[in-house]
Amino acid sequence: MNKELLEYTLRLGDNALILGQRLAEWCGHGPILEQDIALSNIALDHLGQARMLLNYAAEQQGEGFTEDKVAFFRDVFEYHNLLLLELENGDWGKTICRQFLFDTFNYFLYTDLLQSKDETIRSVAQKAIKEISYHAQWSAEWLIRLGDGTEESHTRVQNSLNELWEWSGEMFTPDAVDEAMLQAGIGADLNAIKERWHEKVDQILDLAKLEKPSGEWMQSGGKQGDHTEYLGFILAEMQHIPRMHPEAKW
Amino acid sequence: MQQEEQIWQWLEEVSDPEIPVLTVVDLGVVRAVEYLYKHWRISITPTYSGCPAMNEIEANILEKLKQEGIEGAQVKMVLSPAWTTDWMTEKGKQKLQEYGIAPPEGSSADKSVLFGEAKKVTCPHCKSRDTELISQFGSTACKSLYKCHDCKEPFDYFKCL
Repeated sequence: MNKELLEYTLRLGDNALILGQRLAEWCGHGPILEQDIALSNIALDHLGQARMLLNYAAEQQGEGFTEDKVAFFRDVFEYHNLLLLELENGDWGKTICRQFLFDTFNYFLYTDLLQSKDETIRSVAQKAIKEISYHAQWSAEWLIRLGDGTEESHTRVQNSLNELWEWSGEMFTPDAVDEAMLQAGIGADLNAIKERWHEKVDQILDLAKLEKPSGEWMQSGGKQGDHTEYLGFILAEMQHIPRMHPEAKW
Repeated sequence: MQQEEQIWQWLEEVSDPEIPVLTVVDLGVVRAVEYLYKHWRISITPTYSGCPAMNEIEANILEKLKQEGIEGAQVKMVLSPAWTTDWMTEKGKQKLQEYGIAPPEGSSADKSVLFGEAKKVTCPHCKSRDTELISQFGSTACKSLYKCHDCKEPFDYFKCL
């Protein structure tokens, strides 16, 4: 078993699972029906991607592992998602802002993963890239609508952007696992993605009449398993039934 | 070989659980029918990653084959090559139109990635081109929601992927 590949697979899968779980909280609470449906659809795309990736993580670990076991029987420190994705949804502006920061990154990441030398990751990327394209377009459009909307919507989304900014740097900070996967031709070059991300973010923020935060200090730790207090609450809700009835079947 | 053709014909009687007017063959999710080690294996591919209908499609295929006397068949999920709307048959697109869902126009993904104009789509009710996108995300993962300015009806569009 390749430890770096397993951790890389879990990072991709956990990003999709935790964000999908977070977004599902909006189901039934969206500001209007169409957008409630939109977010539920996006959440579902993420859960679908998470299933394919966690299934692959289970395969790598061998007998006795399944996608459900990987999702429901790991604790906080064994999760490898980005911290940004576990933060609370906040208001609509904050949710949109987080989506925009992440979707833009995810779009460039999965574009690169289309060339991955790992056959399963490449196949997942081929499937996911089109879904992610729709997500990225949707959140960019909403950011513009809110930023260039009313005084209230502008203020709220600018505040969210300022608040979330320090959580964005983790996406582009490579560690030993990222380096190993890049060397192996499996993972993406995060430094190159960082440049493309800034270019796209500048372009959309300009259209949205929003100011780019200047802070350079960034949070980190999620990819390595050091999480905020929020992840524990997400896992408690997501995992308590399978843990109460571990062998339950539909 | 003869039996393989027969199985394809049977699969044409298995409908999609969310869009019952389409069969799994029309939809293009059946990739292969093969005979392996004394059992039949049907390979299917998901339309969308999170398509909640896939488990039911699998169960429906197995149920149909069982009814026709094929025991011990297996359904295998394949991810590559990825499904796109190009895999949908012309007959399938025709059926969608008649059912009131606008079929995907043009090939594969809309190119308007990251920020672009929404596509103009023909209204399946009155055939007008004067339509407007309400939301990229509709009643199921594979559809977006439009409205028609001529007949004033809302409609689903099976979006390009």
